[in-house]
Formats: sequence, structure tokens, C-alpha cells
Amino acid sequence: MHIPDGFLDAKTAIATTVFSITGLGTALHHARQHLQSREIPLVGLTAAFIFVAQMLNFPVAGGTSGHLIGATLAMVLLGPSIAIIVMSSVLIIQAAIFADGGLLALGANIFNMAIVAPVSGYAVYKTMRVLLRDLRGQLISASVASWCTTVIASVFCAGELAWSGTAAWNIVYPAMVGIHAVIGVGEGLITMLVLSAIAKTRPELLTEPSIQTNRNENKPTLIYGAVIVLGLLLLIAPFASQLPDGLDRVAQSLGFESKKTENQGFSTPLKDYRFFGIESNALSTIAAGMIGAGIVFAISFLLAGVLIPRIKNADNSPHST
Amino acid sequence: MRHDFFDRFSRLDSPIHHLPSSLKLLFSLGIIFTAVMVPMYYRWVFFAFFTILILVSFMSRIPWRFIGGRILFLEPFALGIAVMSLFQHNGLAIFLSILIKSTFCLFTIILFSNTTPFSDILFLFRRIGIPALLITILALTYRYLFVLIDEAVRLRRARNSRMFVIRRSRIWLSLTSLMGQLFIRSTERSERIYTAMISRGWK
Repeated sequence: MHIPDGFLDAKTAIATTVFSITGLGTALHHARQHLQSREIPLVGLTAAFIFVAQMLNFPVAGGTSGHLIGATLAMVLLGPSIAIIVMSSVLIIQAAIFADGGLLALGANIFNMAIVAPVSGYAVYKTMRVLLRDLRGQLISASVASWCTTVIASVFCAGELAWSGTAAWNIVYPAMVGIHAVIGVGEGLITMLVLSAIAKTRPELLTEPSIQTNRNENKPTLIYGAVIVLGLLLLIAPFASQLPDGLDRVAQSLGFESKKTENQGFSTPLKDYRFFGIESNALSTIAAGMIGAGIVFAISFLLAGVLIPRIKNADNSPHST
Repeated sequence: MRHDFFDRFSRLDSPIHHLPSSLKLLFSLGIIFTAVMVPMYYRWVFFAFFTILILVSFMSRIPWRFIGGRILFLEPFALGIAVMSLFQHNGLAIFLSILIKSTFCLFTIILFSNTTPFSDILFLFRRIGIPALLITILALTYRYLFVLIDEAVRLRRARNSRMFVIRRSRIWLSLTSLMGQLFIRSTERSERIYTAMISRGWK
């Protein structure tokens, strides 16, 4: 999802950079107030850990392989504000040393993967944790949150590419979201398995996070939320409402337009048709999202059933031996 | 251990390496910005950039094979996104211009990062006014990146020597438990690092 240079135009680069500076600035301000100096090395090491974790390739069917993004993993381990700092550090170093992701596109990359991803993951995770409180619930919520963040970040990425005029929205949106709905399943599984591996040896790292800043995250989270909503309005809302227009354009170019006006008189009133079109589009998008999240929930629910007994066994073993 | 994919030529001795890093950053950003903004119609601009970049890479004594290899390694990612621009009005022209522009930008960043040590980039960040907390975290990340990669390699070697064959179905489990182990070791290491930093008079 790293956007290279040359894909975004000036207005998109500037807007996303402003969003990123606001988000990262808020996170740094919050960290400066609440982070103890003892915890600063841990933030740096976690960023290095996420960096290395991204380099490990997981084999997928057919010779392809995928890797972790890690925004949700960092968020679950250290809270949203620290996750923003961790992911931003990873992206800055990747852009400056690896040339992975552009320098002018850095603002957009930070916005997608270091602000939208951990904060939307935090929203999903927190909501699910209200009902699912035990370790099993934690693993399932983290897995579903990872899938959601991957898909949501890809929607923002598609919006930026479309707003720049690089690719048409009705191509880039289904392509990006389709690919990342699959990638997200892997992201969810990896996040869940890593968390269960940590729970096996050091369960206290999950139950009482090593960094205590996430006690009062409410105020900064409101600011992150506001930035993301602004991004949503600027980058995605204009295209989302244009989706039916795209269909009309296809109809126009294929020469259906004249036929439609001829038929207008008796069978289907144009207004009704159009209203129905918009509604079914929005509904089908929401339905697809719900189905995807449901599938990931089912997979992680089943997997948690296998993983939890193992963790329990590992927990008891020191006493039995 | 040597890590080939990093900025391992950033401490070479050449005229380009001795230039002030602020100048190099401004120059790189300038090239990237104009390459992105100027339409492909102005061919001479791109020819001029190409000549400058070739000249700089010649003077910096970075091996050609390294630069070429990095560009070839990173190009597929750009290609993957660029393909989506084909499906629109005048798609091929947009596709080609994006590909050429992004290759120029890649070339520039590779040259910049391999002629400027990361510590110099951090000093530059500090002068621009980026918060000290972020600089500290970036410095720590960069410093321990190499250590953690070595640690991951050691963990993997230990796992391989204990397992005769890794079953395909098991590889996800073993990779994720390696990652979990790596995170636990990072938290433990961060405690030791903090003690070491304090005893050297940090804060």
C-alpha cells in the first residue's frame, strides 16, 4: 500500500500532509505529556520490531507471499497514540532509506497506514471488547479490527489516487478494496497468531500494556477522528456520490441514453431508477463489508478455540513440572 | 552481519558525500517536485534531470549494479499501482508518464539515501524543527533495526536446526511465534537500553 512518488498531484499531497502533521503532532503532544522516559526506548524498539515483522514473508497459495502491515498489532500492544508514532517512524525510515514509498507521498502514506489504520482499528477493537472481554475475545477483536483497518486504509488509498487523477475511481476503488479484503484476512490471522504467541509466554504484556499512556486517550482520539472524517469528506465523499454517474456515463458511451429517454414514458420512471441505483450501491457496499467482517469473525472464532487451550497449557506447565 | 539492502554506501568518500546534507535534501526534493509537476510534454526537462542524475551517481562512486538492482526491486510496486491507470480515457499516456516520473523519483531517493548517512538526515530534521521526541524514537528505531534483524535471523536458524522439515501448514504458526518471541525480546532489550542510556547520562 506504499504509494511511490509520481502518483499523487500537489493538492492531494498537501492535503494529506496537513492531515498527517495534525495527527502525528497530536500523538507526539499526548506522548510528551504521558510517556515516561523509561518507556521511550520501548517505542523505538517496537518501531524496529514492526519494521522487521514487515520483512518476514508469509507464503500464500500459488507461489505468492504477503506480509504484515502491523498497525493493529502496534495499537493492541501499545495503544493508538503510540501506534501512530510507531507506524510513522517505520514509514519515515522506509521512505528515507529503502525508497519504499515516496518522499512527497510520505504524507499520504502516513495518513493511510499510520493514522487511519490504527485509529479505525482502535474504534473497532474497543467496540468489540465491550462484549468480548476475555483473552479469546481480545484475539478475535484484534483479528477483526486488523481486517477492517486494512480495508479502510485501502479505501483512503484509492480515494487519494482517484483525486489525483491517476486512476478512475470506478477502477481503482473495487481493485484496491478487493485485493485488500483478501490481504486483510492474512493480516487478521497474523495479528491474532502473534498476540497468542505473546500471550503464551508473557500474558501480562496483553492484559496490562507496557505503556500506560492509553489511560486517557479520549481527547487525542477525538482529534484523530476529526482528521479522518475530514479526509473522508475530502477524498472519498465526492467519488462515492458519483458512482451512479459512472454508470450513466457508460450508458451514454454505449448509446443507451437515447433508448432510455424513449422508454421514460411508460415502464420505469427515471427518478425511481436512479434513487434505487444509489441505494443499492450504498447497501451492497455495506453488505459486502459486513459479510467480509463476518467471515473474518468466524475464522478467528474457530481459530481462537484451537489457540486458547494451548495458551492455557503453556500457562500451567511451569507448575506441573 | 552485513545487511545489503540498506544504505550501505552512505558513508563512502566522494565529492557528493562531502556536500552538506541540507543542500542534497533540497536538491532531491526539487528534482522530485518538478518531475511530478512538469507535464511529459517538456521532454528537455526530463533529459536534463537524467543527465544530472547519471552525473551525480557517477561522481558518488556508488556501484551501478546496486542502483540498478534497487530500481528493479522497487519498480514492481509502482507498476502494480500504475496498471490501474490504464483503464481510463487516454490511459496509456498517463500510465507511461507515471512510470517514467516515478522511476525518476526512485532514482533520486536512492541516490540521496546512499550519499547521506541517516544521522545527518536526523540532524537536518532537528534543524527544521521536528520534535525531539520523534527524532529520539527515529534514532532508536534505526539503531536497533539491524540488531533486531540479526535477532530474527538467529531465531530462525535456531528453529531450523531443531526442526527436520517444516511442514507447509506449520510455517505460519512458526513464523508468528517467531514474531511474538521477537517482540518479547524487544521489550526486554528496551529495559536494558534504558538502563544503559541513564548510566551514560541521558536526561
